[in-house]
Amino acid sequence: MTDTSNGAPLTTPIQSATFSNPVNAEIRRAAATGIYDIRGGGAKRKLPHFDDLLFLGASMSRYPLEGYREKCETSVSLGTRFAKNPIELDIPVTIAGMSFGALSGPAKEALGRGASLAGTSTTTGDGGMTNEERGHSNKLVYQYLPSRYGMNPDDLRRADAIEIVVGQGAKPGGGGMLLGQKISDRVADMRKLPKGIDQRSACRHPDWTGPDDLEIKILELREITGWKVPIYIKVGGARPYFDTTLAVKAGADVVVLDGMQGGTAATQDVFIENVGQPILACIRESVRALQDLGMHREVQLIVSGGIRSGADVAKAMAMGADAVAIGTAALIALGDNDPKWETEYNALGTTAGAYDDWHEGKDPAGITTQDPELMKRFDPIEGGRRLNNYLKVMTLEAQTIARACGKNHLHNLEPEDLCALTMEAAAMAKIPLAGTDWYPGKPGTSF
Amino acid sequence: MQTLDMADIELREMNETLHAQAENTNQTSWEIVNPKGAHAIACGLDAPIEVTVKGSTGYYCGGMNKQATINIEGSAGPGVAENMMSGTVVIDGDASQYAGATGHGGLLVIKGNASSRCGISMKGIDIVVHGNIGHMSAFMAQTGNLVVCGDAGDALGDSLYEARLFVRGSVKSLGADCIEKEMRPEHLAILADLLERAGADAKPEEFKRYGSARELYTFKIDNAY
Repeated sequence: MTDTSNGAPLTTPIQSATFSNPVNAEIRRAAATGIYDIRGGGAKRKLPHFDDLLFLGASMSRYPLEGYREKCETSVSLGTRFAKNPIELDIPVTIAGMSFGALSGPAKEALGRGASLAGTSTTTGDGGMTNEERGHSNKLVYQYLPSRYGMNPDDLRRADAIEIVVGQGAKPGGGGMLLGQKISDRVADMRKLPKGIDQRSACRHPDWTGPDDLEIKILELREITGWKVPIYIKVGGARPYFDTTLAVKAGADVVVLDGMQGGTAATQDVFIENVGQPILACIRESVRALQDLGMHREVQLIVSGGIRSGADVAKAMAMGADAVAIGTAALIALGDNDPKWETEYNALGTTAGAYDDWHEGKDPAGITTQDPELMKRFDPIEGGRRLNNYLKVMTLEAQTIARACGKNHLHNLEPEDLCALTMEAAAMAKIPLAGTDWYPGKPGTSF
Repeated sequence: MQTLDMADIELREMNETLHAQAENTNQTSWEIVNPKGAHAIACGLDAPIEVTVKGSTGYYCGGMNKQATINIEGSAGPGVAENMMSGTVVIDGDASQYAGATGHGGLLVIKGNASSRCGISMKGIDIVVHGNIGHMSAFMAQTGNLVVCGDAGDALGDSLYEARLFVRGSVKSLGADCIEKEMRPEHLAILADLLERAGADAKPEEFKRYGSARELYTFKIDNAY
């Protein structure tokens, strides 16, 4: 504090970078309530991401394809290792697992409608399979989660693939939450829980520990389903090289790799922001594991966590992914966080784009809620149309880039098509810094 | 009686044969010989058939069972009758970890002892253990009944929901939010029925009942403001 009694100029008040306004607000909130902050979504902090990579495009040494005339394939087969019936998709953008419970029944229906129109798959979540979702999804992946809510052999057999969820990018090592406001009669009945409780899902599976057990669990699931459907293993972005290696060892047909930008319906903010790695740091390590095992393209890799555009799709695929999954982006396409509800977001103490208290069930857009009145605001047919449009745009964008790189299939994109804008991105993605042929940690270099 | 000899056929053929039995099959009685501790024996059955396994089994025998009665004339490996929906599984010997895990319905009878995490996350299944059970049993158990004629290990019923736990012997310790509760006439009636169906030589009056204190059902928030 400066003594101003002698008329000397005032110093400018400076906010602490360490104790910033949001940090101080959280300290005050914690002091008032005695409970950690719970929210939905993924990491909001700024992270090295796909934006830190660029495509080089064609030039004298590369020959581009004509943008609107020459073929650029987008199809992908998932589950070709052991399953009798691999999933065949028209586009490599899938819909990630989101539970009925976290989302309303009509929202799940819209995801199925949009994905089916676009020729891709959608995924159940921690709450079981609903008829709305199965009925409107041509290709439906059934998640096998630690809680086993709603798990039953009939739904297992009517699934097109099974995804064993070991971890999630938003919370590797943690289980999900579904708070009482959203445990309606129907949700409670499906999960066999008392209505209105604050439900905490288990963080690890109840009947196996470790990859050796998981191998036997996969055998059981294959026996129950007659070895027909692919089995995916989903891991959070923790130790991607080892997690991928062990998933392949356990017998996965497909590995799903989810970075810390990947969303959750609800968990502790401290978990979302401080546990796990950004997806950019995970992809190449996972691909390296597959390559070391001779399993790249044999076991397919689906990448998720902050995929927003066709450019992101193309970059993930150039780094070795076979497909990607979107969650948060799909909800935004359906209408989540739309500024047209700004007045209501303000009433909830937030603003469009920042609303993440999905667990409270008060979503003005009627998507992340079980409130019958709010749900009426959401039209699943219109939602499906919007999602299909968005998926089409992402695919067209990815094709545009692939053609510019001279590739007639998205799978032909390769790391050599990319450069990095920052040292951090170069190191994490093992992509040369723009203007150089070098990245930190490149074998044969001393850095 | 149809016999499936696992010395002659692979697991896949054995399960495929049992899965092919329809609701109205005439072949209601099956015997599996030479199981030799194989995993995933008779999992995913969905017909009113009776299967007797002549020996001990590996992981997940009778997993996700519907309708079938499975008798194991030996001991069972981890996860026996996991996620069972209906039907009956009877084990003459002991059961390893996670017996009856996440089961939604049906009756699991273990005539010997059960290891740790018996009835973990159970969702409606009834489990009767003639002997003792290990630690962390009935962890996050949601609904259904777990009857233990012997003793229970550490942390029984940790983070329990609405499942009922009945123990005749000692309980080494109770898990978080699990408490002893009053044994009312309706509980004695449930016990009597389960003990009879499980062929257990015990009287309902000899048991104590444990259940959820329901203290963990909601997050505790200081609402002074």
